[in-house]
Amino acid sequence: MRLAGFYLCVVVVVLLPMVFPNNYFVTVVGISAGLHAILAVGLNLLMGYAGQISLGHAAFFGMGAYSSAILTTRFAWPGVWAMLAGLMVTAVLAWVLARPILRLRGHYLAMATLGFGVIIHVIMVQATSWTGGPDGLTGIPPLNLLGWVVDSDTRWYIVIAATMLLAIWLSLNLIDSRIGRALRAVHGSEFAAQMLGINTSRAKTQVFIVSALFAAFAGSLFAHQQGFVSPDSFSLTISVELVTMVVLGGMASTFGAAGGAITLTLLHAGLVVFQDYEMLIHGVLLMAVMIFMPQGLFVGLSQAIRKIGHGLRSGNRP
Amino acid sequence: MALAGVSFQVSPHSIYAVIGPNGAGKTTLFNALCGFYQPSAGSVRFEGHELLGLPPYRIAAHGLARTFQNLQLFFNMTVLENVMAGCYLRARTGLIATALRLPKVRREERQLRAWAREALELCELGERAAQSAGALPYGLMKRVEIARALATQPRLLLLDEPAAGLNDTESMDLRDLIGRIRATGVTVLLVEHHMPLVMSVSDRLLVLDYGSVLAEGAPAEIQADPRVVSAYLGGAVQYAV
Repeated sequence: MRLAGFYLCVVVVVLLPMVFPNNYFVTVVGISAGLHAILAVGLNLLMGYAGQISLGHAAFFGMGAYSSAILTTRFAWPGVWAMLAGLMVTAVLAWVLARPILRLRGHYLAMATLGFGVIIHVIMVQATSWTGGPDGLTGIPPLNLLGWVVDSDTRWYIVIAATMLLAIWLSLNLIDSRIGRALRAVHGSEFAAQMLGINTSRAKTQVFIVSALFAAFAGSLFAHQQGFVSPDSFSLTISVELVTMVVLGGMASTFGAAGGAITLTLLHAGLVVFQDYEMLIHGVLLMAVMIFMPQGLFVGLSQAIRKIGHGLRSGNRP
Repeated sequence: MALAGVSFQVSPHSIYAVIGPNGAGKTTLFNALCGFYQPSAGSVRFEGHELLGLPPYRIAAHGLARTFQNLQLFFNMTVLENVMAGCYLRARTGLIATALRLPKVRREERQLRAWAREALELCELGERAAQSAGALPYGLMKRVEIARALATQPRLLLLDEPAAGLNDTESMDLRDLIGRIRATGVTVLLVEHHMPLVMSVSDRLLVLDYGSVLAEGAPAEIQADPRVVSAYLGGAVQYAV
């Protein structure tokens, strides 16, 4: 029963392209939603569970993307090797960064991660000879997975949906375990966590690296799927949007984070028809959710459903 | 200087209480013992190991556990999860094994749950296991902290004002609980203001005043000590034991 929600996710993800074949919202928007869900699930480990904010997560997303882009276009590396290299570079950087940065708390941590995100963005724009500058890099070859070339929307849907489900599964496992409880303990009370024998700075470093790796992995997929990368996809706006997804869906809930990411992505795509009013409607909806469901859309909804279910059961009694 | 020349010994399996007026340095003493404060001089020896200078998580690994005067419960978890978090040091599986949910992780989870249940039963919290820690009444929250500390399987348990905010019935329940904890072989070091509790439960007492030791001895000796009576117990007030 622990994974009941997860199995439901699997069923929905598998059925969607069968019920709506070649539907724009499934295979095009769905890919983007899936990538965002991977990012949000990873960020939620850091933010929702361990209680450490990151306003620079787009930087890790970008590092994965640019590693894949640079290594495949300039050095003709196979996509999978480039992806692994990107993950390693990201892990090392996250590890180096974690010690000084995670000693900060609250607003100061937000500022420091924001600064980190801006630095990486500036490097993407300025290091023209490597990154192609503001124009970015084009001509990234499709991903080749042991001879299976991911070159159509349907195939990308399969790859990204599978990765998203994997991310959700890993997150659910992690949180409901000794390590996950240690992370949540750090969020609950660092003093108490330390007195239980938890090395809190090590725990924070670990989750920071894991969270960065989720983002870098999504970045590599993104680069191959788009075929090109540019700094715009990894700006501060994207970092803030990722935080919004986690908060909108519901902090400290894996499904909440994934749901928030998918909702926000669909919302963007759906509101395009309103053109100039898109941002207005978007903002009003976000405000409404935060006012009426401060615990987040998915956490709030699941609580409401449970309450209604409870009410029905007790209503049947005399 | 917050504490000066404070020296005392706690014998194994005993209940040792530290009392003193507010601001006497009792919690400071606890924080120094646990590694939250680094004293400029001195020594803390536990079972032959020097603890001074170690970070709190290493001190915990030596078999020390504590509760906090101002609650430090994990409000983002259920009661059972709080206590399972207390079992952290009794298990080994790391990040990758848990993320992949390897079979050994499943076995370990079952074991941790059983240990946590044991600690909850000892603290008479069995029925509250599935509740959110933040939804409990104050008195029970304090007991969850004790259960969580016990889940670390400590040999020395530090209780910082466990009776603060409890009514008389709850305080007497707490006295029974401390007795049960001692019976499991755990040494208890207690900071407390509730005199009937302290006098009835402790084997020995240390009286602090302005950061130094005013008196040390068995409850009867302390109650008879004129310095303690005038400095802390407040003149002619007598406490029934």
